[in-house]
Amino acid sequence: MSQLDRAYINARLLDPASGLDCLGTLLVKDGKIAALGGDVVLPDNIETQDCNGLAILPGLVDMQVFTGEPGAEHKETLATASNAAAAGGVAHMVVMPNTDPVIDEAALVDFIRRRAHATAKVNIHPMAAITRGCAGEALSEFGLLLEAGAVAFTDGDRAVMNALTMRRALAYAAPFNALVMQHAMDQNLQSAGVMHEGELATRLGLAGIPVAAETAIIDRDLRLLAITGGRYHVAQISAADSVETIRAAKAHGLNVSCSVSATHLMLNENDVENYRTFAKLNPPLRAETDRLALLAGIEDGTIDVIVSGHNPQDVEAKRQPFAQAAYGTVGVETLLATVLSLHHSANSDLLTLLGCVTMRPAALLGLAAGGLQPGAKADFAIVDIEAPWVIDADRLKSKSQNSAIEGRQVQGIVQALYLAGEQVTPD
Amino acid sequence: MSQRPLSFTFPHRNLLGIEGLSVSDITNLLDLSDSYVEQNRQLDKKTAMLRGRTQINLFFESSTRTQSSFELAGKRLGADVMNMSVAASAVNKGETLLDTAVTLNAMHPDLLVVRHGDSGAVALLAQKVSCAVLNAGDGAHEHPTQALLDALTIRRRLGRFEGLRVAICGDITHSRVARSNLLLLNRMGASVHLIGPPTLIPAGAEALGARVFHDMREGLAGCDIVMMLRLQSERMSGALIPSVREYYHLYGLDRDKLAHAKPEALVMHPGPMNRGVEIDSLLADDPDISLIRDQVEMGVAVRMAVLEALAANLPNNGGAP
Repeated sequence: MSQLDRAYINARLLDPASGLDCLGTLLVKDGKIAALGGDVVLPDNIETQDCNGLAILPGLVDMQVFTGEPGAEHKETLATASNAAAAGGVAHMVVMPNTDPVIDEAALVDFIRRRAHATAKVNIHPMAAITRGCAGEALSEFGLLLEAGAVAFTDGDRAVMNALTMRRALAYAAPFNALVMQHAMDQNLQSAGVMHEGELATRLGLAGIPVAAETAIIDRDLRLLAITGGRYHVAQISAADSVETIRAAKAHGLNVSCSVSATHLMLNENDVENYRTFAKLNPPLRAETDRLALLAGIEDGTIDVIVSGHNPQDVEAKRQPFAQAAYGTVGVETLLATVLSLHHSANSDLLTLLGCVTMRPAALLGLAAGGLQPGAKADFAIVDIEAPWVIDADRLKSKSQNSAIEGRQVQGIVQALYLAGEQVTPD
Repeated sequence: MSQRPLSFTFPHRNLLGIEGLSVSDITNLLDLSDSYVEQNRQLDKKTAMLRGRTQINLFFESSTRTQSSFELAGKRLGADVMNMSVAASAVNKGETLLDTAVTLNAMHPDLLVVRHGDSGAVALLAQKVSCAVLNAGDGAHEHPTQALLDALTIRRRLGRFEGLRVAICGDITHSRVARSNLLLLNRMGASVHLIGPPTLIPAGAEALGARVFHDMREGLAGCDIVMMLRLQSERMSGALIPSVREYYHLYGLDRDKLAHAKPEALVMHPGPMNRGVEIDSLLADDPDISLIRDQVEMGVAVRMAVLEALAANLPNNGGAP
């Protein structure tokens, strides 16, 4: 019997993959889940830990995290991002390739994996670039990158603008069964736009980004997908029209999935009032009707994944006139609290929401993660899902404090995170 | 300090925009401006109202008339006025903005007049300084003293705002003048028509309280005032209009189009004009129709009134640490 073997008793077991929501015991042996449920028979001499009714849920899978490593370590390193992730109950963090240099070579995928292994508290999975340098032209070596450990392909915060390049990327990726993730933002339609196009942008004198900048890319890519086959994922949709388009495409049998950021489920365009640069996001926060449609998309399964879209920016990058300020918000540490707050305030179904941050991204990326089934690695979090707190950016573990939801009341505090049965936080 | 007590209460530390000003704030400023119009027509135009005060005109965007108008206004009130032009191209714009703010603040100015190419930049700067800040134009957001001087020009000629119909024509999308005027005129009871091609009208303009027209003759119907905007070709990031000649054909103000407004309609322009692009040259110079020269005169008076109103709210211990 290993030192880490333990029975977590009197816990509310929440497992979206199996639909489990019951009071019971989680039994961990040899770093794996040995058994769970209301009637687990405890082995002799097993150490027990009373959870006092707190929830146990699978460690989260955050499918979109930007860090500054390599290239902008002053904003965030893999290590600091992983500290934030661990504090937020995120066991698996998928990092974006639009770093400096861009992760478009097998050796660089290897670099990320080694750095992660050496410095990070949680599991880190790199995505690699669709095109070399994320420049939108030449394809990167999907086969070699996959063998090196890339979990999917994306050009990060840039859309593949050339339709022919995108067609070739989808087609080439198809036999590998690799996921191609698009940042749906038509750069020509965006032009100088920095926020949602509409009355508020006009009043503030800021150039707007029309919803069509997003839907034009999604519509185009779905047409391409119909020719190429393969697996297509839209990262961070922001608009009601996108939800509707993807809902219809799924009904049509296309292999499309999509994600939304937790921030877009919580805030709307009005949060940029007074030129609040911390709420400057790409894609932009949109109208309240869009936010409600995104929530509905979660409810009915159209939206597969909720990501943090964690995008750390230093103070200088945000303390600028709105049009000059950098895009992005930190969020990996607050992903779970945001999701739980939606359950409490918007009455969204708890297991549906949790599925979007656990088993569904794990399934899309082919990760053995995001579930509590017997035999699985014991990656789980003990969470007080009711506990209220106020987001205080200065106390977040990320190296950057640019939280769009600074000062917001949320619910849900991670008491502990375990990876392979070993407690990683609090340490 | 020789400042007389202000004859009204102006409950604002800064003037960042028309948004936030009440009807009485606007009326009080216009009344005070009227008195300065008279003063500026005297032989001795100077008072000691702001003696001992330091006014810095900080222009991140080049300007001739607004800057000189503020300079003259400050000098006629007896302030020490310094002009600072910061080339927009020098280093990173935003860094320059906040660094400059901190530097200037250490010099203890009392009044800071700021123009910047980015919407919201003046408000951002105002958070970093302890003096009164006047927005002399921020991006496509607001240009409050322009709207006030336009209002003074209209009120002195027509005596009221209530029930007036004002057309604002041209590049609405990139115009801070249009936004400030729309806010002010709506607040004072006038109705506003915005006229321009769809590519120069911003989204949601109607929700801000205007009627939008793409046919200029239709939009001018029943208008008492026609405000022409400068076609800011340097601001256009793409091909928003096919050509200047087509623009003049469709949206340039000439006597033929003006005939669709009220017979006694008056024409305004914030300057500088592109003669033959947005306005017929002879029309712009016709003293029976054009208020353009009045606007320039009113500009100095309005800026004196705003400087006085903001200075009255400054703490009087000029030698603070």
